[in-house]
Amino acid sequence: MFPAPFEYVSAHSLDEALEVLESRAGEAKVLAGGQSLIPMMRFRLAQPQVLVDINPIKLLEDLHEQDDALHIGALARHATLEFSPLIQQRYPLIADVSRVVADPTVRNLGTLVGSLCHADPAGDFGSAALAAGAEVIITSSRQHRSLPVDAFFLDTFSTALEEDEIVTEVRWPKPKPRSAGAYLKIERKVGDFAIVGTAVQMALDEGGRIAEAGIGLCAVGPISLRAKQAERLLVGQSPSAELFQEVARQAARESDPTSDTRGSKEYKQDMVRVLTLRALQRAYQRIQAA
Amino acid sequence: MAVSSTQVSVHVKINGQEITKECEVRTLLAYFLREQLGLTGVHVGCDTTSCGACTVLLDGKTAIKSCTVFAPQVDGHELLTVEGLGEADHLHPIQQAFWDCHALQCGYCTPGMELAVLALLQRNPNPTDEEIRFGLSGNLCRCTGYKNIVKAVHQAAEIMNHPSTSQSVTL
Repeated sequence: MFPAPFEYVSAHSLDEALEVLESRAGEAKVLAGGQSLIPMMRFRLAQPQVLVDINPIKLLEDLHEQDDALHIGALARHATLEFSPLIQQRYPLIADVSRVVADPTVRNLGTLVGSLCHADPAGDFGSAALAAGAEVIITSSRQHRSLPVDAFFLDTFSTALEEDEIVTEVRWPKPKPRSAGAYLKIERKVGDFAIVGTAVQMALDEGGRIAEAGIGLCAVGPISLRAKQAERLLVGQSPSAELFQEVARQAARESDPTSDTRGSKEYKQDMVRVLTLRALQRAYQRIQAA
Repeated sequence: MAVSSTQVSVHVKINGQEITKECEVRTLLAYFLREQLGLTGVHVGCDTTSCGACTVLLDGKTAIKSCTVFAPQVDGHELLTVEGLGEADHLHPIQQAFWDCHALQCGYCTPGMELAVLALLQRNPNPTDEEIRFGLSGNLCRCTGYKNIVKAVHQAAEIMNHPSTSQSVTL
């Protein structure tokens, strides 16, 4: 299984990469970790005529906190996130996800930004980015812009990225006081796609009520989904077992899975309920423990 | 403007040896290593990024699946394959431990497994059973049931942490 022939460009600066994307718009594809793109090319589901390898652009390996966000560069690997003390201490949601994406060897090359750009609804980071309210930073020779991740996912494998654009980084909101997140997923075996995954991020106010809440659902719709109504049920309320159960039932109602070899629609919806409940409990426990 | 091409010259240091070789850009690293350089210790199992049989070490520390990397991507880098890990009369402690603990049966997964073990032990010299199983979850073995592999990793860790006191068992 070899990919169709293509031209290869090793880009050593962002300008170089953008130049190729502009001059070969529609024919070129960016290669970061390649752990989804290369299999897609091997199955000939993707047949770019030009592959722009951005791996030599060291600047894109960036991972640091600045102002109100964690800046995650386009080449920050899953493994870098997984083993980062900063992530382990301050970003439990990212830490959870980065331990369960694919398998450890794939995580050495795969990237969070690449995962979002691939826009597979079964990609773990899509739901987590929704729950956290992450922002996608986009650039081209024409313009710089940013989009909330909600506006970035358009359809299965489709994003708002134009043909000459590249995502240089994702900005992940810095943790607020009394906040935490959690990600849980069910998979048949390591490295398989998620059957269901749920991501939760929440912050409490000084009085202990829920000030902000995000719930993202993985692999239960054509894109990564935000459970909006379930989120609304949380805001302004005091955390309780009954509330979390009600929210979890609502999240299940908002999911839209299809029956396949990994399970029936009904089973998956019920697993959304179970995982949402557990993720809410875990996030809340983490807030209390902090 | 960056130069694009369909044919490239790849310069890479493999198992300590500098090599330059022409190849088509779409050549996957596993096939580059096996077919162009004769390093057939790099096994191709699933060929779809699942099984880890093709695992090699990039730049001395990063385990990668060579079926999911294009050969030109390693231009200017260093690689270690099982051929560079040890020799028949002087096995690497990981290889010796696999031998001693019967951590292989058919041997197909072994080269990739051993390189994944090396990367794991470099990061975590004293892993627990759970950390070993988690760390090697990208490498599939259909023979051993993994129990003896876990045992071998403990033995290898022991030997690598105390190289002077515990000599490997003679062949």
